[in-house]
Formats: sequence, structure tokens, C-alpha cells
Amino acid sequence: MERVQLERKVLSENDRIAARLRAQFHEHGILCLNIISSPGSGKTSLLERTLETLPHHDRVAVLTGDIQTDNDAARLRRFHFPVKQITTGGTCHLDANMIERHLADWRLEDLDLLFIENVGNLVCPSSYDLGEAAKIVLLSVTEGEDKPLKYPSIFFKSDLLILTKTDLLPYVPFDINAAADNARRVHPGIEMVKVSSLTGNGLHEWLMWLERRRHALKPISAVG
Amino acid sequence: MHELGIANSVLHAMQAEMRRYPGAYPSRIGLRVGQMTAVDEAALRFCFQAITRETDFESVILEIEICPLRYRCPQCARDFIVQEYVFRCPSCANLETECVGGDELELAYLEVEEHGTSTVGAQST
Repeated sequence: MERVQLERKVLSENDRIAARLRAQFHEHGILCLNIISSPGSGKTSLLERTLETLPHHDRVAVLTGDIQTDNDAARLRRFHFPVKQITTGGTCHLDANMIERHLADWRLEDLDLLFIENVGNLVCPSSYDLGEAAKIVLLSVTEGEDKPLKYPSIFFKSDLLILTKTDLLPYVPFDINAAADNARRVHPGIEMVKVSSLTGNGLHEWLMWLERRRHALKPISAVG
Repeated sequence: MHELGIANSVLHAMQAEMRRYPGAYPSRIGLRVGQMTAVDEAALRFCFQAITRETDFESVILEIEICPLRYRCPQCARDFIVQEYVFRCPSCANLETECVGGDELELAYLEVEEHGTSTVGAQST
């Protein structure tokens, strides 16, 4: 019997493509954000609100993943930014190869900001690096405040938690402070904003976060 | 159910590795799975069994080492296992600690046997 040491990542093929994407994003000064949540937490609504506020000349694009239909892309195309639907046909997450294929006919030099809306799922997307600068996790107030403890991986790996549907807080027994505490317990450094895409409440904080991250990239793009 | 994709990656890695050992067969594959990877061990075993059935890899034993969430305190230069998400250093109570483990999803080793030799690895459970 011979034991061969392998010492490599199981998803090394995905990680290899993700590293290639990350290098391309870096080269072109693109901020890539991977947005993850359960189905129905408001990823598309938040993106609609976000795209609505961005100037028409802004260099923004969206890749949106779903198992079936291009409904989300149709919703997001109304804002006249490049939008492409990735239909996974059953796969519960996006992987780096899907991102690379769908970016193939876009000119990266024309982009500064790329949103990737992952398939609605709080578990599987957390394992797949898409070359993003940051993962963002959404948690709506109609879900349980203990979700960060039940699904720690994605809260652990995300830079920002967006608590969504806050307009419903008067009607649901959701303890927003407990949700924040639970998220910080799993990931003490996680940033947080509270947003209602319906009323626009808190949207400013999210846009400020976005602007800070875009600004932080600027010196790199100026040099590159 | 991303465990199916992960099991497939493990199978492909084994297939690629075994091309270097003509005349041998694989008996055991070792994986390291971090506590924070959102990979379910039972689901991974189920998928691995399903995709290797009636192949040359059917008898391969899947060894999974679950790696706990591990942090390091730069002040004390010591590692500690995080329990119940307490990230504070147990020695000096420093909160500025850093993650050094728990996110692994790695192929550790593969055991291969020559045909016609001992099959101890393949027979144990």
C-alpha cells in the first residue's frame, strides 16, 4: 500500500478560475460583489432599488442566477445596465466557471462594478469562490433572528449583512437586535445595514457602504 | 445539495491521480472538511457512494476529518479552538484574533494498492 499526499483543495478547479477572475477584476478596477441569501429575502428588489439610484452613465453590470426562468434579469434590465441571467438548470449555487462563461462577451474595461446575484440559498453558495471582492448576505425580518447561528458559514464569510424588509418590523415578531447579536457572534467584524427596499429606508447606508468600497478600489484602477 | 458537486470533484481528483499508478487501485481517500464550510458529512458520504457505485472506485473508503474553527491570538502566539463562537483569546482575552482553520475543504491523501497484494485498507470499515 502506498499513501500519496494530495494536499490540495477539493474545489481547486473552481478556485483556479476564481483566481483568474479576481486578477481580471483587479486589472480592470472592477468591484465584484457576490450577493447571497435565502430565496425571497429581497436580493432582486435591493438591486432594483440600487440600479435605480445609480447614474445612467455608471459602469455597472449584473449577473443574476436562478435555477429556472429569466424573470430576475427581466426585472433588472429596465434600468438599462447590462444584465445577464445565469440559469443553472438545477444547480443550487453559481460557480466560477459559470461566471467566466457569462462574462466572456462583455468588455471588462467598460465596467467598474459587477453585482452577482447568487441562487437563493443560504448554504451552498458559501463554498464557491466567484472571484468576488466581498460576499454580502441578506437576511429579511420575516426569517428567524437565529439564522446566523443556524447557517454560520455564510455569515462568517460575508463582509456585510443587509437586514431587509425592515418596513415589516411592526408586524412581525423579529428581534432585530438579537439578529445583529447573532451575526456578530458568528462574525464579530461583520458590517450591517438595515434596509427597506419598499420604502427606501436605510438605502442611503447601503449606498454609502457601496461607495466606500468602490472608492477604496480607485487608486488601484488609477495605477493599473 | 452542493455535496454532489464536491463528491464529483473528489472523484475526478482520484481518477486523475490514479492515471499515475497503472495496475494499482485506490483503497482510501482522505479529506479535511472545516466546520465552517457548510458541507454536510452524511450528504457527502451519500453522494460519494452514489457516484462511485459500480465503478473502480466503489470500494474506496472515504475518510473525513472534520476540522474545528481555529483562531490564533497574535499577542500570545497561540492557537485555540473556537467554541460557541467565542473568538476571544482564552489566555489574554484579546479580541483581535485571526482565523487560521475551520474553512478547509481539502484532499489530504490517497491510498493506492497494487493488484494482487494485501487489501487491508480496502477491507477495513
